[in-house]
Amino acid sequence: MNIRELEKKANEIRQDIITMLVQAKSGHSAGPLGMADVFTALYLGGAMNIDPKNPDWEARDRFVLSCGHICPVWYAALAHAGFFPTKELSSLRKLGTRLQGHPHHTELPGAENTSGPLGQGLSQAAAMAYAGLKMKKEPWRVFCVMSDGEQEEGQIWEAAMFAAKYKLRNLVGIIDRNNIQIDGYTEDIMPLEPFADKWRAYGWHVLEVDGHNIQAIIDACNEARAIYEKPTVIICHTIPGKGVDFMEYSYEWHGKPPSPEEAKKALDELRTLGGKIRSEHE
Amino acid sequence: MIKLSDKLYNKDIDQQPIRKGFGDGMMILGKENPKVIALCCDLTDSVKLGEFAKTYPDRFVEVGVAEQNLAGLGAGFAHEGFIPYITSYATFSPGRNWDQIRVSICYSENNVKIIGSHAGISVGPDGATHQAMEDIAITRVLPHMTVLVPCDAIEARKATIAAAKLDGPVYIRLAREKTPQFTTDETPFEIGKAYVFREGKDVTIAAAGPQVYYALEAAEALSKEKISCEVVNLVSVKPLDTDTLTKSVKKTGCIVTAEEHQITGGVGSAVAESLSRSFPVPQEFVGMPDHFGESGEQSELISKWGMDSKAIIAAVKKVVKRK
Repeated sequence: MNIRELEKKANEIRQDIITMLVQAKSGHSAGPLGMADVFTALYLGGAMNIDPKNPDWEARDRFVLSCGHICPVWYAALAHAGFFPTKELSSLRKLGTRLQGHPHHTELPGAENTSGPLGQGLSQAAAMAYAGLKMKKEPWRVFCVMSDGEQEEGQIWEAAMFAAKYKLRNLVGIIDRNNIQIDGYTEDIMPLEPFADKWRAYGWHVLEVDGHNIQAIIDACNEARAIYEKPTVIICHTIPGKGVDFMEYSYEWHGKPPSPEEAKKALDELRTLGGKIRSEHE
Repeated sequence: MIKLSDKLYNKDIDQQPIRKGFGDGMMILGKENPKVIALCCDLTDSVKLGEFAKTYPDRFVEVGVAEQNLAGLGAGFAHEGFIPYITSYATFSPGRNWDQIRVSICYSENNVKIIGSHAGISVGPDGATHQAMEDIAITRVLPHMTVLVPCDAIEARKATIAAAKLDGPVYIRLAREKTPQFTTDETPFEIGKAYVFREGKDVTIAAAGPQVYYALEAAEALSKEKISCEVVNLVSVKPLDTDTLTKSVKKTGCIVTAEEHQITGGVGSAVAESLSRSFPVPQEFVGMPDHFGESGEQSELISKWGMDSKAIIAAVKKVVKRK
């Protein structure tokens, strides 16, 4: 897919997120919408080496979602990549579903880890990277998506020290720097800045990208391959709620789903690319 | 009868720390199973992994003082098909990192073995902060978890080796201080099984860890007072061998449970949960009475807080009157 096609895919994923959330009647809106471009780059843009028809393929790049609450975007990306049928997306959070409210490893193809309680993903990703680099001596890489609010958990920094000590060059951390968490803006709740400096001080190579520029995200993932002595973290500057005007930049949308009316408005905006292609949809 | 040490009731019975059996088990596993790896939080010699670390440096990972990361790393290594033994003191793991064990290990069904050393009040002079008295409760409550509490070093070695063959999370509780080495290489061991170490008819004493030996001591002393005690080793706290327990109390009609752990939620509670459904009988609990420990010598502490053979004898006398 070229960049235009990937952008369209990201838009479809955003529409699926809205539809899933309104049907589930609970869940998180801002994070998943904000990370749609990153997940598109990873799962559809070739940033990760995966085979959706063979989810346990030994040579695949591993993916760990540490901030489990943004799972609607993960589920949608997995479905669009072909790990399971997109029609299953409507089962989110419903009894008997493989799409649990927070992800459960062992149930869903492509979901390599369980998460929800924040801060637990990077440790698992670091062990996978250690196993790949030092024990199995295989070239696959490990990607771990984290939220920015999650950086307040101490376990993240325990894992960061570990990965730096063992020079896990095959480990790529991806952080959704959208500046919001449940109670407000990160810098009001518990300041993270100087954020990139913290990661540098912990011994990581730091890249910063516009988290809505799919090409830039793919390029950063590729650039990380060239860093031989350190793990890499890509800080993706994103807009929470990206693509839905009334949700953007607002921490109130961190942990709630749209109402049916709000969902209609959101889908209308996404389907018309912000009103630019009005005629088709009226 | 089950084969126990010839010196069982002798004063000169060999004394070994239970944790040593874990170290011995790891050396056997190191040779037998290349998937077995060990992780440690700055306590390599304390948890008896020194020899494993030296012999298998490629399969030993030093994590530093970071038990939450330890549990997460264990999950990640298990995901890659390894069998990680994550080790620390029981107060720190599963104490500090319970949430990581719950979510990254148990709920995820990751094949991680959690080794909690220096458990119980017998760790002594270090004081209450380092005396894990709650670890059995917080591990056995977790779905998918197996909980083993070996009674001596040889049983700890067998538990360590058996855990590798079981595909799923296992918690093994170890103690620091030397205690009598009273089982033998021939003593049977299987996860999920309880073993009658001494047959009797008046009362069942079901114990786990060092208290199994104290139970045998109590039984020997009580035999002189014409009270016949059946002693059951509950090394497998979860799954619990309800059949063996039920069979025993059907014969004796009452039970004393003994452990070096809070009475709340521990081995005695597990027994009560089980027998109340299969064959309820009067039960007395030997364990920590909802209190934190303190500094002191091993023998002073188990005596003061009532977890030695004297406490078991008192509990037996109480429970037989309730029949």
